[in-house]
Amino acid sequence: MAYKSARLMDRGVKGILLAAAFLAVAIVFTIGLFILRQALPAFSQIGVFRLLSGTEWRPSQSIFGLLPMILGSLLVTLGAIVMGVPLALGCAILMAEIAPRSITAVIRPAVQLLGGIPSVVFGLFGMRVLVPLIRQIPVPSNTGFSILAASIVLAVMILPTITTVSEDAIRAVSGDYRDASLALGATKWQTIVGVVLPAARSGIVASVVLGIGRALGETMAMIMVIGNSVIIPQPLNDNPLTILLSQARTLTGNIAVEIGYSSGLQTNALYATGVVLFLLTILINSLAHALVKERAI
Amino acid sequence: MRRSSFWMIGIVLVLALAVGCSPTAAPTTAPTAKPSATTQATAAPTAASPTVAPTAAPTAMTGKFTAAGSTSLQPLAETLSEAYMAANMGVEITIQGGGSGVGVKSAQDGTAELGMVSRDLTDAEKPGLMVYTVARDAVVVIVNQDVSVDGLTKAQVRDIFSGTITNWSEVGGPDKPITVVAREEGSGTRTAFEDMVMGKEAVIVANAILQSSNGAILNTVASTPDSISFLSLGYVDKTVKVLSIDGAEANEVNASSGKYPIVRPLSFISKGDATGAVKAFLDWALGPDGQKIVADQGYIPVK
Repeated sequence: MAYKSARLMDRGVKGILLAAAFLAVAIVFTIGLFILRQALPAFSQIGVFRLLSGTEWRPSQSIFGLLPMILGSLLVTLGAIVMGVPLALGCAILMAEIAPRSITAVIRPAVQLLGGIPSVVFGLFGMRVLVPLIRQIPVPSNTGFSILAASIVLAVMILPTITTVSEDAIRAVSGDYRDASLALGATKWQTIVGVVLPAARSGIVASVVLGIGRALGETMAMIMVIGNSVIIPQPLNDNPLTILLSQARTLTGNIAVEIGYSSGLQTNALYATGVVLFLLTILINSLAHALVKERAI
Repeated sequence: MRRSSFWMIGIVLVLALAVGCSPTAAPTTAPTAKPSATTQATAAPTAASPTVAPTAAPTAMTGKFTAAGSTSLQPLAETLSEAYMAANMGVEITIQGGGSGVGVKSAQDGTAELGMVSRDLTDAEKPGLMVYTVARDAVVVIVNQDVSVDGLTKAQVRDIFSGTITNWSEVGGPDKPITVVAREEGSGTRTAFEDMVMGKEAVIVANAILQSSNGAILNTVASTPDSISFLSLGYVDKTVKVLSIDGAEANEVNASSGKYPIVRPLSFISKGDATGAVKAFLDWALGPDGQKIVADQGYIPVK
């Protein structure tokens, strides 16, 4: 009797877990289908190629080109990764390998607290502190509202995600590896760089992918500091680095800024923006995963 | 045995949840749920009114409705509805923002009984909608406090926003590049500004900083040196400087006399003719009491 009921329960639990997993998948597909259906008129009336390669976005004249926003999103994300990843990895290595427990006990809650700050607060900080600071850089037509401001804000925002996940990955590396490396005469730093980090690689890459996902999806803070101009980011003078001072608009910002006032084809084009964002995220995720697999062999 | 039946119930519940969440089920449940909620809500005040009426309510009007849309009309609509609700205890009005586009949409699809718009309706939007213009509003050109220029002509404003004029020195200011700040496409204020200032050919420069609300515009212009933007007169505060246009200072007197050139309608819209409490509210807003509030709030009365 007891055996029978235990078997029944086993099946029951299996069923519930299956249902939960099914629900999660169903939600993703439902959202995907909904966005795609709303976006379809835009794809058919504007054309996929023109939508993706168009450099102008003027809804009032029915001109819909997403290239400025795609480049804006990519540049901002790239900037955030370049600035945020070394910082986050540094934090993670320190906490997992070097710092004594007393110091970690201060750093970890501080970093996690950073993750709990709402994005609009980051935006406010960026708008009131970063933007005026960046405006001090003496380059003509530099307004401070820039890719640089957005990247810095994003770098701080993805810091907790990357730090926490990669710290876990580093901690998960077996102590035997470290002992073996140290026993062979490697210094602590050589052990970290040559043994621990490579062993934790897949976890670290996963953390960066998570960070990229967060960066691509961030909206509110971006709207507040990036200027939202529909232009292809360009250097302001002959120094190519000044591209960072250019205003831009992200894909997420495009949807958030205009959806409230949109109607007709413009609404469809904004849903199409969502589809592009969806695909871009999937593309970057699978690229990152492919990278990990290739290196692992 | 007991335990396994517990799990079976769990499975049934999860399945029911899954079915309830599926796209086919959602649309059928949502609309039916909503009207029943409203009827209940409207029924409550009417049922209570016999006991309350002799003491409190000056009029017998009862009802509950929502006005949604233009953030330019929103502050005025809130003041109007508060005053009206104070005089008519049985009426409950909810004011929501969202923008003129949302105003048109929610009036058309019935999400709100009244839409709020701060521009003329386009030909595509007009069918089936009734427009009740309750006030007129001046769109003013604002600049950062450090800008030494005090006034521009309408043509100069157009050239600045279209990117033909890019330096303050071209309009009598110091040799400093102009930073153009504007609302996003589709905004009622922007559409009104484009209609009244930019005309058919000129478009606002692509590298203008775009912000998606009146408050954000005010903030950006106040904190960005050499910047220029446009804003509803009702939103202006001391943090920015207001320019005179064609020699006319931007104030209520000049706007109602027609001396100030950039003025737009603020309207409620309804699907078909307004009825019941909604009509009573609109009649009141267009009457002497409502129009007095319109004037007190710094807008231009229509009557």
